[in-house]
Amino acid sequence: MQYDLTEEQRMLQNMVRRLAKEKVEPGAARRDVDGEFDWEMVELMRENGLYGIDFPEIYGGSGAGMLAMAITVEELSKVDAACGLLVADHELGSLPIMLAGNEEQKQRLLPRLATGEHLAAFALTEPAAGSDVAHLRCRAVKDGDFYILNGRKNFITNGGVADIITVYAVTDPEAKGHRNAAVFVVEKGTPGFSVGKKEDKLGIRWSDTVELIFEDCRVPAENLLGQEDEGFHIMMKTLNFSRLGVAAQAVGIAAGALEHAVAYAKERESFGTPIIRHQGVGFKLAEMTMRTEAARQLVYKTCALYEPLPKDMSRISPELIRMSAMSKCLSGDVAMWVTTEAVQVFGGYGYIKEFPVERMMRDAKITQIYEGTNEIMRLIIANTL
Amino acid sequence: MDVIVLLKQVPDTETKIKIDADGKSIDTSDIKWIVNPYDEYAVEAALRLQESDGAMVTILSMGPERAVEAIRTALAMGADKGVLVDDPATEGSDALGKAKVLAAALRSMDFDLVFCGHRAVDDDENQVGIMVAELTGIPHLGMAVSIEVADGKARIERPLEGAKVTLEATMPALVTFGGAHAVWNPRYASLPGIMKAKKKPLEQKTLADLGVSPDEVGAQAAKMQVTSMGLPKERQAGRVLEGDTDEKAKELTRLLHEEAKVI
Ligand SMILES: Cc1cc2nc3c(=O)[nH]c(=O)nc-3n(C[C@H](O)[C@H](O)[C@H](O)COP(=O)(O)OP(=O)(O)OC[C@H]3O[C@@H](n4cnc5c(N)ncnc54)[C@H](O)[C@@H]3O)c2cc1C
Repeated sequence: MQYDLTEEQRMLQNMVRRLAKEKVEPGAARRDVDGEFDWEMVELMRENGLYGIDFPEIYGGSGAGMLAMAITVEELSKVDAACGLLVADHELGSLPIMLAGNEEQKQRLLPRLATGEHLAAFALTEPAAGSDVAHLRCRAVKDGDFYILNGRKNFITNGGVADIITVYAVTDPEAKGHRNAAVFVVEKGTPGFSVGKKEDKLGIRWSDTVELIFEDCRVPAENLLGQEDEGFHIMMKTLNFSRLGVAAQAVGIAAGALEHAVAYAKERESFGTPIIRHQGVGFKLAEMTMRTEAARQLVYKTCALYEPLPKDMSRISPELIRMSAMSKCLSGDVAMWVTTEAVQVFGGYGYIKEFPVERMMRDAKITQIYEGTNEIMRLIIANTL
Repeated sequence: MDVIVLLKQVPDTETKIKIDADGKSIDTSDIKWIVNPYDEYAVEAALRLQESDGAMVTILSMGPERAVEAIRTALAMGADKGVLVDDPATEGSDALGKAKVLAAALRSMDFDLVFCGHRAVDDDENQVGIMVAELTGIPHLGMAVSIEVADGKARIERPLEGAKVTLEATMPALVTFGGAHAVWNPRYASLPGIMKAKKKPLEQKTLADLGVSPDEVGAQAAKMQVTSMGLPKERQAGRVLEGDTDEKAKELTRLLHEEAKVI
């Protein structure tokens, strides 16, 4: 029986761990302060084939699967959560095409996404509605061979740097919430599409989070993914998969903070002994270790369950939907808790920027919010019981 | 062009080393293994020749089954195939024993160049590469920080104190690699490389396959014995001298003379 990583997955883990230590960690603090998107990191992901992990081989990907993707995001996020997000968000933006694209669309779009030559983003959230998807307003109206998009999206990760954006827009305002929208592929440079305000954030500070503006934006009809009323289902299924990326990011943040906290607790002395020997600190670290490992196992297990699922619009079971929501919710909560405790273990030094745990605590917060808040995750979990 | 890279699996430089109960070797039970960093430079150099000259790169390693992992890492970096000599009789070999096995393996292979690290970071003996060159009867270019191949010749540079020497040899030749991570910047095993690695040919050989008698290698044939191994002493706490400057200087001189015995 196999209940372990495969040889390839272990090699990938070793490789990314090393790459993260050597090439990502050294600039993490600076990038956090600057808050500027770093194309060098994009180049690093490209060079090492980390954008196409879960993409099918026939479209130029590695076909290595969800677990390999999660391992990669985790290892990158241990040292820099915004770098882990480069990979996770690329998967999120590309998933609608993998799941609902027709053969022509997949052949046209996926190969350049698989190599990372093109970057992807996913645009769902709007100023007026985030969790409440039924109240989204961005409109798409058919006009001959085009759809005319009007509206705004906000908080879109990679929105300003992506070449390909999968955009959720209402096609029939009269229809019910789960039958009223479609997902479109909007390519950078499409007339009527522009990038608005860039957000200044608490954490993942160098990740590109922007507003997207659509003003009579003419999207060719061949960029409609699936059917005009299929958007809700495409978006839901996309998020079921992509939440595992956020979950892995959260596990990575927790694991990174834990590593620093343990090392510090062995070095730092108070009252004549390393602080890890004070039971109050030792037990805290024990609890942090347990929760991090439990979250990791849930995420890995869920990824393994998602691995054999076909990348199409076939239905997935409530159990699998729940597993994904639980993975994201638990890991997000664990990341927030573990990083907060890590700051505590560091005492005053945890609160200043010379040490990375305060950044990790700020980075952790987003994992409880995006790709469905943890309240929404609990709703999903409860509704599938 | 055929390039063979001799590659050794060694304990991770970040692993906490424990001495085995026998006092002569290290306890390998909880060790994480990596490719010897200097061999990694050799792999990188070979892969550059693969890119520029279409060289066929073969990895040759001697070691137990776990060394397959190190060969696979090099295959994932881009090497074409691998050979592992895995035979319990080789255990405990000294540098000469290892060189004999590797030289025997080379005899059945085609090559224009043999590459390896100038030393392995575990035993730090700096010997195997040179011995393999000697046993194979080919020239050895040592501690390269760059390599060029043209007109049947290999040319390397090696740093000297504040200067550089350029050496050239007719191929076939063996080159040992020096320098540092920043000099070679060896590539990572990319994900597409990792996915392909398992499909690349990896042959396993025993001493019998190579026509080497077990009597020539292993611990009993070793001309050099490790008699003991020890960890460095833990650093002692510093000492602060008391008194006025004159007294402190006197006391310091006395300590350096009598205790540290350095002056
Ligand atoms: C840095 C960053 C990056 C982002 N990246 C993207 C992206 O790439 N693409 C994209 O589309 N979006 C993105 N988002 C948006 C994000 O997904 C939303 O912010 C999130 O889904 C919450 O929506 P909201 O902000 O409108 O909050 P609201 O929906 O207004 O929620 C406010 C609060 O009410 C709670 N709440 C709402 N409804 C319920 C309910 N029924 N029961 C219980 N509690 C409820 C929520 O949990 C939350 O605590 C990003 C956000 C940030 C901050």
